[in-house]
Amino acid sequence: MIMGEIQVDAENKKYEPKIAAFLCNWCSYAGADLAGVGRVQYPATIRTIRVPCSGRINPLYVLKAMANGADGVLVSGCHPGDCHYISGNYVARRKFALIKSLLSHVGLEEDRVNFSWVSAAEGIRFAEVVKGVTERVSALGPNNGIFKVDDGGAADE
Amino acid sequence: MNNIINEIREKARQLLAEGKVDVVIGYEKGSLPLKATPCFVHSPEGVDSLIWDETCENNLAAYAAKTPGKKAIITKGCDSRALAVLLQENQLVRDDLFIIGVSCSGVIDQRNILAEVGEILEAKISDGKISVKGMEGDKEYLFAEVKDATCQTCRYPNPVMEDLHIGETIEVAQDAPAFADVVALEEKSASDRQDYFKEQMSKCIRCYACRNACPLCYCQECFVDCNSPRWLTGGVNRAENLFFQAGRVLHLAGRCVDCGACTRACPQGVDIRALNRKMTKDVYVMYNHEAGIGEEGKPALNEYTTNDPEQFLVKE
Repeated sequence: MIMGEIQVDAENKKYEPKIAAFLCNWCSYAGADLAGVGRVQYPATIRTIRVPCSGRINPLYVLKAMANGADGVLVSGCHPGDCHYISGNYVARRKFALIKSLLSHVGLEEDRVNFSWVSAAEGIRFAEVVKGVTERVSALGPNNGIFKVDDGGAADE
Repeated sequence: MNNIINEIREKARQLLAEGKVDVVIGYEKGSLPLKATPCFVHSPEGVDSLIWDETCENNLAAYAAKTPGKKAIITKGCDSRALAVLLQENQLVRDDLFIIGVSCSGVIDQRNILAEVGEILEAKISDGKISVKGMEGDKEYLFAEVKDATCQTCRYPNPVMEDLHIGETIEVAQDAPAFADVVALEEKSASDRQDYFKEQMSKCIRCYACRNACPLCYCQECFVDCNSPRWLTGGVNRAENLFFQAGRVLHLAGRCVDCGACTRACPQGVDIRALNRKMTKDVYVMYNHEAGIGEEGKPALNEYTTNDPEQFLVKE
């Protein structure tokens, strides 16, 4: 299980958060790819999960990542208006706003769950987003929050 | 009240006798005091078991899609809103429904009564007063004192759609919806809110009564029952309880009609409405949408505009 890896780098004793990154195939995943091809450096904290569209994000994905012990979640898709499927991210936008609002209402830290739009041309910006999210999640420390299931939750198939 | 029930029975008898509907879905006296139970009348002889009073708390829209054939449904304001959402989502055929609309002045929430008098042995409702004989004492209540929280701020006591109306309609002020309860929670600090929901979720036993009572929880397979992927383990765990409640509430966002059926069904007294109301408020504030206030229209999350608010985006 990707979230189950050891969290502390034994040599440096520095805390490295694990961030589940749900990236849309057409924009943000390509943006991450561009960052890689362009050798843009960013922290190796994200665990990328490629989804066909940000509209494919089920709210349960975010909750399940937290339950399984991810320290943070990043969800990223095409900029509104640029969706490969025309309106996927417009529909997702309403969902994201409600997820974010509900999670902070039940007392989850504001910076654990993050949403952004990154296009396929924004490799450098993708690196910046990951840096920013990593910094803020690191400041919060490990996920011991209200969604974390202590035994790691249901075993994945 | 008596006139209303006589009219309901008469209409039900007529509809069944004429063969216009196969079944009338209404309420009958439950086996416990102060509890009505849903009832399905298939023949004109059975209509005398139908009742109508402040104990008719179930949302009968929950049974509409599960009941085959043409059906007449005794419908309160919130039931009709749930039916409207089900119609918007193509879960029902309008021609199969005969909606007998009744204006509702609210239903009884037993929780406070149970806390004061213990298990209810006998109860009588007359002239807006409820006298209760309980295991630990007797008490008389005014109806307003034991009215369900959701009924106290109800803006739709009259059905939003109906084929026939029985009794008088109830006038309510049509101001913007008030969300005093949500605002009160929002004004607390994040850690206070976290403590509040931790306490609530530690009561939950995940019996899924809330889901079963909900007229809009109609998924063929609920995510909690799903084996692949397995979203939840079977164990009782506060974090997973919150996962379940948050997941359910997000599924109901922009669809919940705030009938309060989930909260009344909860055997543990979990404040489920606190989450649902938060989503209702957000949907109203952000998208100016109220669920099921007309047959036409779409649920808020099936629609979008190009300038929906984006405050949720990560700070850069």
